[in-house]
Amino acid sequence: MITIISAQENNTSSLMDSRFGRAKWFCIFNDENNSTSFVENPHFEAQGGAGVKTSEMIIELGAKKVISGHYGPKAKELLDKFNIEQVEMHEEKSIDEIIKNL
Amino acid sequence: MNSCFIISQFFLIENILIIFAANYKYMPRNKRLRKIVAPPRFSGYKPYGCRPQSSIPVELFFEEYEALKLADYKMLNHEQAAILMDISRATFARIYENARRKIALALVETREIVTSTGSSYTEKKWKLCNNCHARFNKSGNNTLSACPLCSSENTVHINF
Repeated sequence: MITIISAQENNTSSLMDSRFGRAKWFCIFNDENNSTSFVENPHFEAQGGAGVKTSEMIIELGAKKVISGHYGPKAKELLDKFNIEQVEMHEEKSIDEIIKNL
Repeated sequence: MNSCFIISQFFLIENILIIFAANYKYMPRNKRLRKIVAPPRFSGYKPYGCRPQSSIPVELFFEEYEALKLADYKMLNHEQAAILMDISRATFARIYENARRKIALALVETREIVTSTGSSYTEKKWKLCNNCHARFNKSGNNTLSACPLCSSENTVHINF
């Protein structure tokens, strides 16, 4: 199962980004072989609709779960439609710590 | 000479501003959606034991009901309630005042109350983990009650 975590930088020691649509990087974690890879979010400086565009990207990546700080109403709607589990976290944690507990 | 130049410059800028203002379409910005935990469990209220004076019902929005619930039933202060509804404190105060006025109007003028969505959205199926304070929703066939982050079973429903 693929889990996507919004990240501030492209390494596993960076903190999770609390914004979903405007996070700069996304960490793709595959729990079948414990592999992580990073993908840059091209919509992080978008004028509008960043949440929707980012959701579309995540749906294309085939994720089943997303971990971030806050989702906008449109992004939520789209992720709900494609049965993607959303986790809201309000604590500052690094990607390593999150992956360890998964 | 110098002051004259400054004044002429000022008028130039002012002209540009006026042109800009004239081109701008006077349309209000969309309302920010207010987050509510759950819609009210009724669709309206009717007065009884009186002769109906007015047939026009009072329309109570979901966000106004939510504001009233948070401030007067759950005894939160406006700041805490505004954070829960994802709006500013001033906006919360306005919605709360509207709610009180509408209910007072309905009581005094013996009008019906009907509820409508207004500009609110509901968060469905969200749970809160008491261990790590993460909020999560369960999608589709996944019916486990454990937290996806710390796999603790100590979770509660936010919606009721």
